[in-house]
This record gives sequence, C-alpha cells and structure tokens, in this order.
Amino acid sequence: MLKDITLGQYFPGNTVVHKLDPRTKILLVIVYIVGLFQANGWAGYAAVTGFTCLCTALSKIRPSAMFKGVKPMLFIIALTALLNIFYTQGTPILPGWIITWEGIARAVQMMLRIVLLISGTFLLTYTTSPIALTDGLELLLNPLKKLKVPVHEMTMMMSMALRFIPTLISETDKIMSAQKARGADFETGSLVKRAKALLPILVPLFVSAFKRADELAVAMESRCYHGGEGRTRMKQLRYQTRDRIALAVGTVFLALMFVLKRFGL
Amino acid sequence: MAEIVTEKLCHVYSANTPFERAAITDVSLRIPQGQLAALIGHTGSGKSTFIQHLNALLQPSAGRVLLDGQDINKDKYTRRDVKWKVGLVFQYPEYQLFEETVYKDIAFGPANMKLSEQEIDERVREAAAFTGVAEELFERSPLELSGGQKRRIAIAGVMAMRPEVLILDEPTAGLDPAGCEQVLENIRDYREKSGATVLIVSHSMDDVARFAERIIVFHEGSVAMDGTPAEVFSHAQELVEIGLNIPKAAELALALRKRNIPVPEGVFTHDELLKALLRIREGRPC
Repeated sequence: MLKDITLGQYFPGNTVVHKLDPRTKILLVIVYIVGLFQANGWAGYAAVTGFTCLCTALSKIRPSAMFKGVKPMLFIIALTALLNIFYTQGTPILPGWIITWEGIARAVQMMLRIVLLISGTFLLTYTTSPIALTDGLELLLNPLKKLKVPVHEMTMMMSMALRFIPTLISETDKIMSAQKARGADFETGSLVKRAKALLPILVPLFVSAFKRADELAVAMESRCYHGGEGRTRMKQLRYQTRDRIALAVGTVFLALMFVLKRFGL
Repeated sequence: MAEIVTEKLCHVYSANTPFERAAITDVSLRIPQGQLAALIGHTGSGKSTFIQHLNALLQPSAGRVLLDGQDINKDKYTRRDVKWKVGLVFQYPEYQLFEETVYKDIAFGPANMKLSEQEIDERVREAAAFTGVAEELFERSPLELSGGQKRRIAIAGVMAMRPEVLILDEPTAGLDPAGCEQVLENIRDYREKSGATVLIVSHSMDDVARFAERIIVFHEGSVAMDGTPAEVFSHAQELVEIGLNIPKAAELALALRKRNIPVPEGVFTHDELLKALLRIREGRPC
C-alpha cells in the first residue's frame, strides 16, 4: 500500500532530458510554469501541450508513468472542472440550462492547466535524481549566500529528507506488520479509534527516526563535515552546448506564450 | 492442539509488474504440535516471507496454510483469530515498543484480544515471568531500558497472548552472549510450560545445533533440507554450497575424524564434543 506512493520518483535514463544540467531543468520548469499561466486561449494551450509532449517524448518517460503522477490529483481536477462548468456565465448550451459553452471551454482549459502543471514538474523529478536536483538548487540559490541565507545547509537537509523517505516507508511497513501480529487493527472502527490505532506505529517510528538522525549526525561529524564553507564537489556542474540549446528553446517558448497572450489566442 | 501445515505455498511480490519476484515456491511443510523447529537460510531465501504466512500477515499467491486442519485464510475472522494462536516475534522486536510503561506494552496484545482486566493482568505477569522481566520494571518506560531487556519485553508482549505456536525471527540477533543465552532459555521455558509449537528463524548454526529438534533449510524460496540436526549437518558439503555452514563444533569433529581421532558421528555442540574428547582421552570407547 505504502509502496505505491510516487513522490518525485526518479526513473534513471540516458536521454537528452536526463543529461541536461539540473540547473537548466529547474530554470526550464520555472519558464514552463510562467509560460503555462500566460495561456488563455486554445492556441496557447495547444502550444504548451505540444511543448510538454515534446519533452516527454525526448525523455522517453512512458505516458502511463505520467498518468500515475496525475492520478492522486484527479479529485481536485474534477472538482475544478465541475465548478467551472456550473459557475461560468455565457450562452447556455440549451435554452434554460445552467451549463454554458463558455463554462465547458473554461473547464477543459482549467483541467488542461492542472494536468500540464503536474506533468511539467513531474518530468523534472522523473528525469533528475534527488541529489542532482538539490545540487542544482544549491547552485541556483548561491547568490542568496551573500544575504547570509544558509543555502548549503538548507539543500543538504532537503537531500537528506529525500534520501530517507524510502527508509521510513519500509520502516513503517515493518512496524505495522509487527503491531498487526499483536492484534492491532488499523482498518475498522470510527475515525477517532483509527487515529488512536496509529499511535503504536507513530511512536516507534519517531523513536527510530530520532535515533537515526542522531547517528547520522555523529557519522557526518566524524567525517569532519562542517557545513558548506570551503566544500568542493566531486561532480562539478558545467553548462554544456545542450544546456544552451535547451535554454534557448525555453526562451523562445516563453516569448511565444507572451505573443499568443498579447493577441488573445 | 496446534499443528501447522503448509500446502504448496507460493508467494510472489509485486505480481504483474516489472519488479515481479517469487519469494517462495511450493513450500509444503508439516510442523507437528510441540515441536521445536529451526528455520535456516541465507538472507533473501524466503524465510521471513514464509513465517509471515503462518499468521496470515501475508496471503499466499497459491497454496494453503492450515492450523489444526483449518485454512487460516478462509475469511477475515479466521485471519484475525490466527494472530492470537500463532504469535510472531519480528526481527529486532524492540523497535515496536511504544507504550508509556513496560506493563502497558506487554498488555497491548491481550488488550487487543478484548480480555478482562484480571485476565490481562494475569497474562502480563506470566509472560514477564517467562522472560525474566522483573515486576519492578513494570512502571518504567520501555524506551529507557537496555537492549536485552527491551528484547525480552517485546517477546513477552507476544507470549502474553498465549500463542499455541510461537514463531521468532532471529530472536538473538544483536544481543551479547549472555543476552542470547537468556532469550533462548526463556523460549525453552515457555515451550515446556505451555506445550507450544516453536519455530525459530536463525543464522547461527551453533545456536540451532544446541536446541532445535528439527532443522529446515531454505534456499532460494524452497525447502532444501529438512531433518534432525544430525541429518542436516551430515550434509556439510551441500550446506556450504548454498552459502551456509555447519556448527563450529561439528566442523572440528569432522577435522578430527579425518586425523583418525574417533569422534562419533552426530556431535555438533561444544559440550558434546568436549565430552566425547574426554572419553577418548580416558581410553573409553564411545
């Protein structure tokens, strides 16, 4: 049950998209989101959809994997669509009906917007390993160090948190089995009862998480870790030709979106 | 009272995905009432998957598990009841302790059985006595005790359900020699006084040689060997081939025999070997 969660799961690969510098990819996702929100006509949405499909095809991520990411959001997507259908003024599709043509169009566009938003961000996490991602983030946020923002420490915490998600999941699984073997029941009863039933899982989970954090801290200190100051990296990130091309494509995309918006398409 | 039978038990993880993997295939075993059996195998040989089927934590992909002739997976009620009858102690069970006091933690299982206060109290004291948990510890927090004590409290938590079959996954892993000895002693006590069937998963051949009546060897998800310790350890070569070893004492006996020192067959604990060697020194035939 717990294993089905896809939270920024990384699919290793060897495509252009995988090989792009993480900084490029993070920037492109920002460009993508800004571009997506410029779309307010069919031409705009078509352009964004086309761009998304192109990137997905290049990354060789299967559409089914993309769909899996969208699935948990289906409820919100459906709700947005419903609200838009019923609350948009315009010409009714049949005389006297509440549903308008404009409503349907808006609902479809809203659905597209959410799906595209999720797909774009998932494409980033699907094709970038968590370590590369935090490395990229750290370098992008580097200028903030001048303002005394602890960028390195923040990204280190982030990568550690990501690293321990699978560990915690398997730990939870184990503790759940052990408590079930002692007759704990997580599935039946009222909401309050079920919330209480979580206690035998949460307490041991927290205890071991704190213990692990402690051990990790000691292990890091005994290897002389002392934060980001003067720290060098094994894998230096360097912009390549492909990154320049990708950023150029991103700029063109953004320009196109602004133009389309300007003409109300 | 409690006999466990598995019929052609199979379990496949992540069925119908690219990660599909058969953990156990065609395991048919019969563990009669009161037996003390040991389950041995390499990491990933399917031992842990197998034992989780015996109290219906995992459902078989194919095959059946019978407790006293009844299919334990018949419906959700039998699946629930079997947890009381077949007590399962996981690896490193001290990580499952969660209550504020030792007493409450041991009482968690019996309380889930919806027993009366009095019955719970009786069982907690009984289980604590089996595992040598002093009653002075009852009001302490289990989290501030030593590793060995925690382990024994966790085992008491399962014993308090008075299971007819007690299964323990590596109960001595990570304990010091004294702690190991104590835990094994506790398990033997429980078995003697309750007549329960006991199944212990272990890596340690030396431990197994000392207490088990029967050894079941798992290899790549199926039973590779099954017999008394004497029978199993006589196949030293095969054991080595599947990445296991024989007890140190048996190894030594084998080496001595090769040098024409007449150590009798079937010696595989330190005590037995010592006795046999003393007898040989005194010139008495064995």
